[in-house]
Amino acid sequence: MLFWQILIDGFAISSLYALGATGFTLIFGVTGVLNLSHGAIMVAAAVAAWAAAGSLGVGSYLGAAFGVLTGLLLSLATYFLVVRRLQRSQRIREEEKEIFILTATLLWGIMIQEAIAYLYTNNAKTVLPIVDGVVSIVGVRTPANEIFTAVVCWLTIGALWLFVNRTRAGKAVLAASMNPRGVTLLGIELSVVYVAVWAIYGALAGTAGVLLGMFLGVSSYSAGPLTASAFSIVVLGGLGSVSGSLIAAYVVGYLETLTAYLVSPAYRAIPALLLLVVVMYVRPRGLLGRR
Amino acid sequence: MLRRILLSPPVWISLIVVLVASTLPLYVSGYVLGLLTIAYYFGVFSMAWDLLFGFANEVNFGPTFLIGLGAYTAGILDSLYQPPIFVCVAAGVFAAVTGGIVLALPALRVRGPYFGLTTLVAVLILQNFIVVAAELTGGEIGLTVPDVISIDDKINYWISLGFMAASGAILYGLSRSPVGLILQASGQDAVQAGALGFNVTKHKLAAFIVSAFFSGLAGALMVFYLGVASVGTFVDVTVGVQVIIGAVLGGRRTILGAALGAVFLIAMGEALRPLGDLATFIVSAIALAVVLLFPGGLLGMVKGAREAT
Repeated sequence: MLFWQILIDGFAISSLYALGATGFTLIFGVTGVLNLSHGAIMVAAAVAAWAAAGSLGVGSYLGAAFGVLTGLLLSLATYFLVVRRLQRSQRIREEEKEIFILTATLLWGIMIQEAIAYLYTNNAKTVLPIVDGVVSIVGVRTPANEIFTAVVCWLTIGALWLFVNRTRAGKAVLAASMNPRGVTLLGIELSVVYVAVWAIYGALAGTAGVLLGMFLGVSSYSAGPLTASAFSIVVLGGLGSVSGSLIAAYVVGYLETLTAYLVSPAYRAIPALLLLVVVMYVRPRGLLGRR
Repeated sequence: MLRRILLSPPVWISLIVVLVASTLPLYVSGYVLGLLTIAYYFGVFSMAWDLLFGFANEVNFGPTFLIGLGAYTAGILDSLYQPPIFVCVAAGVFAAVTGGIVLALPALRVRGPYFGLTTLVAVLILQNFIVVAAELTGGEIGLTVPDVISIDDKINYWISLGFMAASGAILYGLSRSPVGLILQASGQDAVQAGALGFNVTKHKLAAFIVSAFFSGLAGALMVFYLGVASVGTFVDVTVGVQVIIGAVLGGRRTILGAALGAVFLIAMGEALRPLGDLATFIVSAIALAVVLLFPGGLLGMVKGAREAT
């Protein structure tokens, strides 16, 4: 009984982690940016969905769509206002840009987080779930929303896979991650590819945020831990490797669920952190990292 | 060489600033003194961080790992056995330096973002440990320390100012010394620095030890000023972020700028307090604007203005 419960709960939370980390690793793989405002964008999307569905009363579907749109717009704002300015800056030396982008996106994330706290307080908010009710799977009473979350996560990841591997535009994105100069030589405008990738990333982070808001609820305090967990999953799986991130998301998700059920919810985060440290010492490039 | 360092503008300007600051207790309120006392300790945190970031080119996202180790070791020792304060402080420094060496090990193996993450994880583990081992550490409520250095805010202020001035002098001198130059070379191009015959590993390890020494010392002294060690003041990631913002705001690779930025940041946070929740937003927005528009930081702005004329 407990076994099945851990299996089902762990699967839902891991799928959510996988979706969040996929966007994060995509943006790193293609543009080389580690976006430390990731968690803040997810929270903003969830809070936007909550506010739209709650105060405006547009219903859960439109509310969720509004949340995803917020994630997308914020992601584009991150790119145009913060990241691109630094990438194109003449006054920062190339090798220092990475550090500046890390610092700037961190500050940007804090700004988003504080703006949310100011407008909508620090209280935890639960987004109105799209599907209600409880389903019984092998004797475990599971909220239908949990199943819905896992399904949407996997459909979104699947759609991304089809886009990258089966469409012309997606192949350009893939090529840009392998060899940016080669892509420009083929006459593809690299800046368009970057904008597209940031838009996709925003939609992914927004979707993950809204689903998280329905599943566990979010508050502005979640922004930091969300960034940290996406960062750890991506590093654990190997930076830039999408399949690595997917595996790592499940490892972390199940480790956390196991600890929460078998030991104590208070220790939830510890085993995953220890595992990460071990991986950093033993195999710094991550599970499926190329370098 | 020494003469040139002593006569350079940053040094004598800092000397004047410190001299003026040391007369402040004569005419400002205890409230301002208390604020500045904390700000000066943060100045040391930021300077110690700048040595790693600006010179060794290692992004340490976990300055609070070192600070927290120093603060909590000193605090726990004092609350258990009450030895003389300097013994507690020495133990705190020792713990921080040990932590610095442990932290340096992955840094010598992995690069850039990987190392940044390791340091972040170190902070999260320390934080979890403090909360879990609540009987020893006071957990989320905080650890009350039975002794304080002094209850007089003027003396505390002078200790903190003197400590910042001394740390600043040592760190600045170190950064301008041949060792500092080698460190800078190792940070910018480790392969070339190695090819020139410098031991990159040794210099980076030394940078970690020095940075950990000052972080731990500042953390331990701050515990005996506050009388309380809590996760929220010493270990939390947001504290680390503040240390980092202070250093970047002041101007990286300047050491002195880091202290300036940290003091500015704390003073600004306090000045904006009436705005409530918006204060952090505005401080972050200003810091972001400085990073975007003046990547050299506050000191870089001054330098740029001087070069332009």
